[in-house]
Amino acid sequence: MRLLESRRAALAAAAVLVVAVAAGAPLIGPAAIDFGKVWAGLSPDAEIFYYARLPRVLLALVAGGALAVTGVLFQALVRDALADPYVLGVAGGASLGAVLAISFGWHGAAGVSGVWLAASAGAAAALLLVLAIATQGGRMSSFTLLLAGITINSICAAAILFLHNIVEFAQSFVVLRWLMGGTQPVEYSTVGWLALVVAAVLAVMMRRARDWNLLAVGEEWAAARGVAVERLMITGFIAGSLLTGAVTAITGPIGFVGLIVPHALRIRWGADHRFLIPAAFLTGAAFLAICDSVARTVMAPAEIPVGVITAMLGGPFFIALLRSRRRSLWL
Amino acid sequence: MRPLYELSRLGMRYDGATVLDVAELSFCAGEMIAVVGPNGAGKSTLLGIMAGLKSGYTGSCRFEGREVRHWPRRPFARAVSFVPQTLRLEFPFTAEQVVMMGRTPYCDGLFEAPEDHEAVERAMATTDTLEFRQRDFRSLSGGERQRVVLAAALAQEPRVLLLDEPATFLDVKHQLAIHDILRDLSRTDEVLVVAATHDLNQAAAYSDRIVVLDRGKVVAEGEPPLALRPEVLERVFGVAARVERMDDGGLWIRFGGAPDRGAQA
Repeated sequence: MRLLESRRAALAAAAVLVVAVAAGAPLIGPAAIDFGKVWAGLSPDAEIFYYARLPRVLLALVAGGALAVTGVLFQALVRDALADPYVLGVAGGASLGAVLAISFGWHGAAGVSGVWLAASAGAAAALLLVLAIATQGGRMSSFTLLLAGITINSICAAAILFLHNIVEFAQSFVVLRWLMGGTQPVEYSTVGWLALVVAAVLAVMMRRARDWNLLAVGEEWAAARGVAVERLMITGFIAGSLLTGAVTAITGPIGFVGLIVPHALRIRWGADHRFLIPAAFLTGAAFLAICDSVARTVMAPAEIPVGVITAMLGGPFFIALLRSRRRSLWL
Repeated sequence: MRPLYELSRLGMRYDGATVLDVAELSFCAGEMIAVVGPNGAGKSTLLGIMAGLKSGYTGSCRFEGREVRHWPRRPFARAVSFVPQTLRLEFPFTAEQVVMMGRTPYCDGLFEAPEDHEAVERAMATTDTLEFRQRDFRSLSGGERQRVVLAAALAQEPRVLLLDEPATFLDVKHQLAIHDILRDLSRTDEVLVVAATHDLNQAAAYSDRIVVLDRGKVVAEGEPPLALRPEVLERVFGVAARVERMDDGGLWIRFGGAPDRGAQA
């Protein structure tokens, strides 16, 4: 019961943190602005706040939340705390899809952006490929899973380099800018669309949060207790691909958010997905928005891609995690 | 009375090798059954098929007249519960959370009802696991884990309990306790208990019926004295054995007791 209350408090605290970041982060940047002037709608502070910085912070919030939730999903699906969209090569597949769409100028179908569609398809393809490589006789080892993920990432990176070299100069520039990753100012409508997709996926996942607990224990364990395992896993794979694809299409590849956030939450509050899914969303949102603020200010007026910051934090974290469980990896 | 389980010409093949080939077998409510046999005899495969976890079998395995692979999963999970040999967790679930997962076939919403908490409380009290209910499952010893997994199966309130070597990691006290729990369930609640085991003496002491499997086939079946004859044990396990009847009428099996015959085995 005490744990339950501490989980509620943690969720509330994370929600407050997200709101604080959403209001505070846009105030930070190369040009100092004043919240009072923003509130009063005075120029240029209000314009900088509302048109340059707020959409970007909102994008970082939604993207960070989505990436963290995707980490939770993938980790439960393969029962491995090391899994995340980046590690599994799914982000690589999404990038390749996006770059293909940019390079060949595919504008999409039925009003949906081609880059989004291609990135989601690429994510799904990479995910299937990695799982096919890592599965042997119904079993999966985290060792082959990681190797397969690295391999897919390298193949995708090579293909992207190749594409970058053969396309026209104009496209090549777009590809390069996109590849740098980050949360360059976007339109509100783009953030809105992304938020819609993320909210829909979150709602679907939350309805089955109890079943995710059982799947995180084992497929047989879940099946023997009445969970429709196949359907849950397919939903998870589609949801994970969709989230990775949608986020990657807009921000470019950003790594390790899906690895750090769920793991840190589990250490303190346990693995119950009814808590983990919303908590990962809120914490991931705040985490990426804060990283983005750092990326925007440490070398101002120059900017570092936010993916650099998350990788600098995530890399050592990943190594520590790997070392802490080396025994279980080798045996 | 109609048997709960009816197996007929039940077969299973992995990579071309036949691992199970049961001609005819049936189990009734309230029975306590031990399945014994050497490693690779097909014990786990048999339990897995009966638990609805292996659908690639040939022949027929019916539960309450309906083919197991055709049962919808949720109602089946309310009737049949399976206790795996070991459970390894990657993530930090507490013992209580693991037991609560047994209530899944009864829960519809996101949260559990009061009767779910009561069922968990009872199951954990029965298995003597309440004292570490809040501990991370992964930090428990092998025997403690086994009791928690059994508690999860009890919380499921099944009519059939299928157990794969339920006592492997338990100390003597808890081995006896588990067998008493299982016998209670079968006597008072008419639960059918089918347990695969390596401990022939406990099988003899607690079971109504013993099924001896060897290379996928049933080589002996019946009440303990009938199933566990010395010649069966020698042929199946390849060791000399002597079956003695004790004063209270129970059986006691001694291995390596007959050196002249043990030499050829």
